[in-house]
Amino acid sequence: MFSKILIANRGEIACRVIKSARRMGITSVAIYSDADKHALHVQMADEAIHIGPPPANQSYIVIDKVMAAIRESGAQAVHPGYGFLSENAKFARALEAEGVAFIGPPVGAIESMGDKITSKKIAKEAGVNIVPGYMGEIADAEEAVKISTEIGYPVMIKASAGGGGKGMRIAWDDTECREGFQSSKNEAANSFGDDRIFIEKFVTQPRHIEIQVLCDAHGNGVYLGERECSIQRRNQKVVEEAPSPFLDEATRRAMGEQAVMLAQAVGYTSAGTVEFIVDGDRNFFFLEMNTRLQVEHPVTELITGVDLVEQMIRVANGEPLSITQDDVKLNGWAIENRLYAEDPYRNFLPSIGRLTRYRPPAEVATATHAVRNDTGVYEGGEISMYYDPMVAKLCTWAPTRTEAIEQMRVALDRFEVEGIGHNLPFLAAVMDHPIFIAGDMTTAFIAEQYPDGFEGVTLPDESLRQIAASCAAMHRVAEIRRTRVSGRMDNHERKVGSEWVVTLQDNRFDVVIDADRDGSTVRFADGGTMRVASEWTPGDQLAELDVDGAQLVLKVGKISGGFRIRSRGADLKVHVRTGRQAELADLMPEKLPPDTSKLLLCPMPGLIVKVDVAVGDEVQEGQALCTVEAMKMENILRAEKTSVVTKIEAVAGDSLAVDDVIMEFE
Amino acid sequence: MKDILAELESRRDAARLGGGQRRIDSQHAKGKLTARERVDLLLDEDSFEELDMFVAHRCTDFGMEQDRPAGDGVITGWGTINGRMVYVFSQDFTVFGGSLSETHAQKICKIMDMAMQNGAPVIGINDSGGARIQEGVASLAGYAEVFQRNIMASGVVPQISLVMGPCAGGAVYSPAMTDFIFMVKDSSYMFVTGPDVVKTVTNEVVTAEELGGATTHTRKSSVADGAFENDVEALAEVRRLVDFLPLNNRQKPPVRPFFDEPGRIENSLDTLVPDNANTPYDMKELITKIADEADFYEIQEDFAKNIITGFIRLEGQSVGVVANQPTVLAGCLDIDSSRKAARFVRFCDAFEIPILTLVDVPGFLPGTSQEYGGVIKHGAKLLFAYGEATVPKVTVITRKAYGGAYDVMASKHLRGDFNYAWPTAEIAVMGAKGATEIIHRADLGDADKIAAHTANYEDRFANPFVAAERGFIDEVITPRSTRMRVSRAFASLRGKSLKNPWKKHDNIPL
Repeated sequence: MFSKILIANRGEIACRVIKSARRMGITSVAIYSDADKHALHVQMADEAIHIGPPPANQSYIVIDKVMAAIRESGAQAVHPGYGFLSENAKFARALEAEGVAFIGPPVGAIESMGDKITSKKIAKEAGVNIVPGYMGEIADAEEAVKISTEIGYPVMIKASAGGGGKGMRIAWDDTECREGFQSSKNEAANSFGDDRIFIEKFVTQPRHIEIQVLCDAHGNGVYLGERECSIQRRNQKVVEEAPSPFLDEATRRAMGEQAVMLAQAVGYTSAGTVEFIVDGDRNFFFLEMNTRLQVEHPVTELITGVDLVEQMIRVANGEPLSITQDDVKLNGWAIENRLYAEDPYRNFLPSIGRLTRYRPPAEVATATHAVRNDTGVYEGGEISMYYDPMVAKLCTWAPTRTEAIEQMRVALDRFEVEGIGHNLPFLAAVMDHPIFIAGDMTTAFIAEQYPDGFEGVTLPDESLRQIAASCAAMHRVAEIRRTRVSGRMDNHERKVGSEWVVTLQDNRFDVVIDADRDGSTVRFADGGTMRVASEWTPGDQLAELDVDGAQLVLKVGKISGGFRIRSRGADLKVHVRTGRQAELADLMPEKLPPDTSKLLLCPMPGLIVKVDVAVGDEVQEGQALCTVEAMKMENILRAEKTSVVTKIEAVAGDSLAVDDVIMEFE
Repeated sequence: MKDILAELESRRDAARLGGGQRRIDSQHAKGKLTARERVDLLLDEDSFEELDMFVAHRCTDFGMEQDRPAGDGVITGWGTINGRMVYVFSQDFTVFGGSLSETHAQKICKIMDMAMQNGAPVIGINDSGGARIQEGVASLAGYAEVFQRNIMASGVVPQISLVMGPCAGGAVYSPAMTDFIFMVKDSSYMFVTGPDVVKTVTNEVVTAEELGGATTHTRKSSVADGAFENDVEALAEVRRLVDFLPLNNRQKPPVRPFFDEPGRIENSLDTLVPDNANTPYDMKELITKIADEADFYEIQEDFAKNIITGFIRLEGQSVGVVANQPTVLAGCLDIDSSRKAARFVRFCDAFEIPILTLVDVPGFLPGTSQEYGGVIKHGAKLLFAYGEATVPKVTVITRKAYGGAYDVMASKHLRGDFNYAWPTAEIAVMGAKGATEIIHRADLGDADKIAAHTANYEDRFANPFVAAERGFIDEVITPRSTRMRVSRAFASLRGKSLKNPWKKHDNIPL
């Protein structure tokens, strides 16, 4: 076995690989850029080597620098993680030349599968169903339009070298095709250093289901079931699960066998993933093969008990697989939620900054449930603008899908992240969405269910009552503490009453609290009661409550006269007042926030790449106004309604903060 | 007897109605509560003991003798806030527009005298059109009587003003001399001369809101210490502030039960100071991570944001915090921040509230506007305030402590009790580059040599150890242990006794 391996990656996946390496008694070497000097993977690794400035194209994906680090460390093998150099044949070849093992497939497999155009040809030859599309290189936007017309809209425009949604666009007409072609090309050039583009038919109502394969160098190959990854936003996966609620055993076997066949056709070794689009009739089409460890591999590990990283290392070391297809048993259900530094209330725009608070739920692994959190950050760490905005992968496992979802709801409620915008509320909303619960999602789920973006969650009445009862009980505790301040007038202490008025989300609940040693019985005006018990004390930012025997976890913040409560994706201002306070509060005027409807505000910190309009221009709804680049993504800001530009405050090259004014309208 | 009791009740009912239902409705229509409703929200339920409910004015000019409402436009008395006694007056805009008459002033003076004698704070709720013009000089005399009491009470009992409506002309000077002024957004204003006079004299056209609204006074003039969305929030937040304050200058600051481990370790603070010395970070994160339960009551949040002032608790006891804010003007000291912090430090010292100072200061802001504005004397105010303060003083230098600003920010030399530094601290006359360019002026033309000198200077001086070698820094502490170290430092200072030499009063550079 290798005694030392280098992990040519960063973030959570580097940490993930280090964990397996450590368990196997292998020394781990991290590499890091200037921006990652204090990163978790650097702290976790046994050794760490600096490889350059923050931008990945000056550090993590510069082959010479990584090779120098390998030589310096004396590592015998390299795990590339995902992204960066993981599917780069030149890198694999460079390793080969130095006699260093690549913990991944052979160069030939990377090359044939890594290029989406070549891979389809091979898949077709191997007898795998493929989606109609154009496989040649495309010179310019006009050719793209011509090809798209031939295939028939809608089409998908993709970077040949792409992945993870970068450099990928869907076009429904010629205009979008031209626009998408250009921005895909730009993004591809920036992200992968390869601006080749291809176009294919966009299959509507599709599900994204992928097969995990594992092959050794001795001709053995197995498939480890599938992963359902249909919940995506702009082709970026958000929620994954294994198994898929959609597949039957026959389809699973057919897909699995085809996947192994394809892998063996290209002499594949190591772990790999064959992605399929599956339509409503369970017809499946080959999409692409990822010749690396997938981001969402933990769900497969949770239902199969196989440590994929360990298997990759063993295969790279020349060992034969220790399992056969018959040994592969799918046990229970696993769900993964990806926590992104993206603000769901601002159309999922990237958010960067310091994690002033980062407290994931505790990891557990028992026979009845498991919580696993793969992360590369820590409280006090920094989410930088240079890399992927994924912060953590939260997974839960349970014997059934329903239980796994419920575990995930609670785990999300317990996950504390402050300092950056993040998608926890959105994830919570998905976990409670009837389509997800029924397992009926397609890749269009997010676009269809949240067409105007995510505007928060409206909780059902019963949840509001639970929160109201909890807040009343917590408020009473906090008020009693206030009366215990020193310097009070003996015999004239303030008596904290039992009658409270709780207001939240335009609801009002009049409650009476009977408190005893073990908790509080909260009586509502309509006669209903709730029993609330909790260890919460004032100042705790997380309240674990038992409400009538049900578990309720609230994130608790302070506002004047009450709490800011976050739970199940909702973000509520809850006021708890005495009757008199409530009566007088009702007299207060409602103040509306300032009108920003005539301004285009910068939705995220970023760089203005270009401004498409000039003062005096009449703009139509949906027209592109300017492009802001943040986290390597080009975001086109569009007119929300027809108007005239009266003032432009920013020019290309300006670096703007959130809510800086870009332009004003009539 | 029954008739007499009924008579009392009916007189009380009449008094409680102030200027009558129509005016009460009009007050509500403006988004404002009535004087009595405000008292209800300020004080503990049923704790208000009213005085002088039946006082009426004595004016006989202009037919005033025909209209003598009970209470005369102000409600006075005492009550409790979380069981602690406070005196309160609340001007009633529904009665003669809350205007101040001789008797109205006498009611205020009565409770102020009692507050001084009995050692309890005075909270004034201002909602008044100004002087009772019909009374002429008697009204002016009334103002001055109140002013004199504000002055005598200053530093004896805390005085808090809530401006919840108009407060104009001479009336502004009573709140101006209290410890804290809070305003309500959109429904309160304060100015010496109103928009009409301004237009006549200077030709400036300005609205009352622009001239003296909450935004103006919290952001531009610094007259007000805070602004709130509405009356309900303002009164709730003043209750919260009172929880931090001692009742008088003979008491220790209040202590209340707390639910936060004093030894709590915050690993995230180890990465608070960025690697690059020119990258800002938010000092408020440090404040809330040191504080009990992350509870911070900020004073003058919107003014001179390059310095932060406010109250926290450590082990349940109130502590005043002064902290440079690197995100604004790099946290430098200037005229505004020096004035803001000096006044806060003096308040804390007057009321025995220990002071925690968090330092990241690159120096004083240079420039003609600063010098012409008298930054010398304004900066000296903060220096003076720290130097004269005898309360427990604990200082933590997180990063820069350069030049004179180092001395000013509660340094060891100003009788700091515990002066801690993080390992990232740089205590020096100035930054390495500036210092090198002066010391090695001869090599200025040679970039390589200057770079080498700068590196040498950084090695030698850009750290806390030179100061620690001399004992100017008592200990270099890990950021993560700051709460524990600071809490223990203040705990050790509970018996501190330090007296300044007798003087009639000092002569702080005003």
